[in-house]
Amino acid sequence: MKEIVVLSGKGGTGKTSIVASFAALAESKVLADCDVDAADLHLLLKPAILEEKEFWSGQVAVIDQEKCTECGLCEELCHFGAIKDFQVDPISCEGCGFCYRVCPVDAITMKDSMSGHWFISQTKYGYLCHAKLAIAQENSGKLVTVVRQNARSIAERETLDYIITDGPPGIGCPVISSLSGASLALLVTEPSLSGIHDLERVIGVCRHFGIPALVCINKYDINQENTGKIESYCLSLGIEVVSKIPFDNVVTEALIKRLPVVEYGDGTTSREIKRLWEFITRALS
Amino acid sequence: MIISVASGKGGTGKTLVASSLALSLTDNHKLQLLDCDVEEPNANILLHLPMDQSQRVYVPVPRVDTKKCTYCGKCAEVCAYNAIAVIKEKVLVFPELCHGCGACSYLCPESAITEEGREVGIVERGHSGNLEVIQGRLNVGEAMAPPVIREVKKYINPTNVAIIDVPPGTSCPVVEAINGSDFCLLVTEPTPFGLNDFSLAVEVARKLGLPSGAVINRVGIGSDEVEQYCRGEGIPILLRIPLDRDIAVLYSKGIPLVEGMPRWREDFVRLFEDIKEVIAARRAA
Repeated sequence: MKEIVVLSGKGGTGKTSIVASFAALAESKVLADCDVDAADLHLLLKPAILEEKEFWSGQVAVIDQEKCTECGLCEELCHFGAIKDFQVDPISCEGCGFCYRVCPVDAITMKDSMSGHWFISQTKYGYLCHAKLAIAQENSGKLVTVVRQNARSIAERETLDYIITDGPPGIGCPVISSLSGASLALLVTEPSLSGIHDLERVIGVCRHFGIPALVCINKYDINQENTGKIESYCLSLGIEVVSKIPFDNVVTEALIKRLPVVEYGDGTTSREIKRLWEFITRALS
Repeated sequence: MIISVASGKGGTGKTLVASSLALSLTDNHKLQLLDCDVEEPNANILLHLPMDQSQRVYVPVPRVDTKKCTYCGKCAEVCAYNAIAVIKEKVLVFPELCHGCGACSYLCPESAITEEGREVGIVERGHSGNLEVIQGRLNVGEAMAPPVIREVKKYINPTNVAIIDVPPGTSCPVVEAINGSDFCLLVTEPTPFGLNDFSLAVEVARKLGLPSGAVINRVGIGSDEVEQYCRGEGIPILLRIPLDRDIAVLYSKGIPLVEGMPRWREDFVRLFEDIKEVIAARRAA
């Protein structure tokens, strides 16, 4: 079983459109949407939920105003500035429990936080593991880990060949959680200066964690000069640019119709994505 | 005045809007642009200011004095993040799990733990005329963006107009970036992904009690679902930017919209006036 994680650094480069097409192309797979704070893959795959569970993670401090003597020790010691006027700001509280342990009159308790939901769903393309982090919550990395564990156990149970993961943007906590231990990262970039800058950083993360990476340049014809820069940069690092997808309105048209691009039309873009998927399967075999 | 530019979905044009808004106001205002997308900071790719000042960002992590330590295990017991473990006569510290709450060092009965700084990123600053750029940059391989975002925001001067470029998503880095703003400008695009993630961003702004308004980018590619949603939710649409290949090409080259197409300047000035009106109306209400 091989796990392919699609990342980009910069958001909006086309990760989800490509993953949805892979969903239609790959035969034996489970899909995972690890962009748990702004998940979109379900909009194209139209899942029927089979299992839904609450995700409890982390804690928040609560001060009992009746017991509080307003000594101010908790406010003085909190490293996150989360306590003001003997009240805890649940948004700033990181749940460390320091205040709870030092309060001389035991006026502080730690409450568990419900941080979101995770789902296992059936789609016409196979199983989809996904989640929804509650608004403004922490622990997105831990929720990503749950989604990946769900996908892995389905893949093992059903002896599937691939886990195909739609990753989050950026390079921080949820990206690291999505990537660690994967077989391959497909990095989708675009030929803008921002796209190049962000690609360099996400390549850095892949190297840091020892994950092999391939690069796909989406909308490559928006700026051919920058596309050339990406190709020579990748060449210098020994990373292969395996696909160049043109700027094509068909991608948005398919999205509006809520269909994977490869099911919407059979033009250049669809053919290129098919070629990309074939390349990946060969690279992993 | 502090204006956050956020989106939920990545790649909708936050940095394009933040940079053009800043550049359009420098004739009459002192401006600060704070790039809080510390995983992938891109604002200065468009603004090109020389970054001549920099400061490293450290988070406190425990350092154990083995001469004083009695291996009692108190530190491991109080750590909410499993960042410190005591195994027989050995204390193991996992710095990348540590949130720097300070509980272990304060509660150690032997005073054997001190806090030492671990570098997780850098804050760089530069200015030109009335514009100052402050950008945070998380080190590659680090998971936690909030400490870097907090350092960037320490430079806010409330007598200026401060524009915050917010990371994508809805979780802790987004909240850290937006919290304390006077207004949240939400940039989206008229696609199903744009709408889904926009509605999540609206919830974040509401949870933080902030007035918000929308910028719809790439008008013409999709449907009018986003417009309908805004009308239904009472969110003013303050600016529409059409789908235009020339705008995408400018962005790819790192040229701000208002420099490549100066006629847009008055639209951004009007956007600022509208934002001030929404804030004033909220304060009056």
